[in-house]
Amino acid sequence: MKSLAELEQIRKQTLERINLRKEDKADLTRIVVGMATCGIAAGARPVMHAFMDEVNKRQLQHVTISQTGCIGMCRLEPMVDVITPDGNKVTYVHVKPEMVSRIVAEHVVNGRPVEEYTIGAAEDR
Amino acid sequence: MRDISLHLSDIVQNSITAGAARVDIGFRLDDRKVLTVSVQDDGCGMSRELLERVRSPFTTTRTTRKVGLGIPLLMQNAQLSGGDVRIDSTVGVGTKIEATFHTDSIDCLPVGDLAETMATLVLTNPDRPDFSLSCVSPEGEMQFATDEIRAALSGVSLAEPEVYQWILSSLREEIEPILGGIMK
Repeated sequence: MKSLAELEQIRKQTLERINLRKEDKADLTRIVVGMATCGIAAGARPVMHAFMDEVNKRQLQHVTISQTGCIGMCRLEPMVDVITPDGNKVTYVHVKPEMVSRIVAEHVVNGRPVEEYTIGAAEDR
Repeated sequence: MRDISLHLSDIVQNSITAGAARVDIGFRLDDRKVLTVSVQDDGCGMSRELLERVRSPFTTTRTTRKVGLGIPLLMQNAQLSGGDVRIDSTVGVGTKIEATFHTDSIDCLPVGDLAETMATLVLTNPDRPDFSLSCVSPEGEMQFATDEIRAALSGVSLAEPEVYQWILSSLREEIEPILGGIMK
């Protein structure tokens, strides 16, 4: 493994950041990626990576990324739910890594869901 | 599935569902170009009866529907290359699944982005289980273990973005020289 000493550095930086975050837990936005057999086969892993990358690049403090299993609409995978602090959930379907920066910029940061990527738009087509 | 790493993401999920506290993953490429991918866990294990029908696409422990394709798809791809899948399991002890791939077969899948798969597994399961990865080939070997990382981070979650990036880049660097020839 790469040097564990580097982790000590990461630990210090992260602890400072976490303390900032703890103060306002109510502001948390959750990004949930479907990662069952169907999601993985459709390309969910690079999507998950793209979200991680984008959140890291923008240094977003109030965002958590997690996974869920299959929710039963395998034909629409990869699927991603974005749950904003107000409790609203928007489901994006057929998500590709190229779509991620727009979802983060417009929805996670600015609070406007990207309508054309949502499940509503896909079902209307 | 487009590569072996994607199968790994999928199969490891079974270990997590089985409540494993440790999942040990191995990639071993021998000098006859046979790749053995193993996943060993200390989850709840399977009864003999379940073990007998676990290869069927119509076997699943889910209650919401009647199909489970993880193991059947892995078997299909292993067998296409001339390899196979072996599963050993004991209730209360754990399960070991081993897939072999003949990497010189035209039908063999590439390994794919193993570093990203491992980093994603750790990111999405930061508290439990502990993962280890060992890659061995005639070119050399590497080891990776989250229990050491967890100890070094003492209290900082493995899901923090900086930790994810560190794990990803260190795995990329170390896996490439060992399995580089069969990754794409």
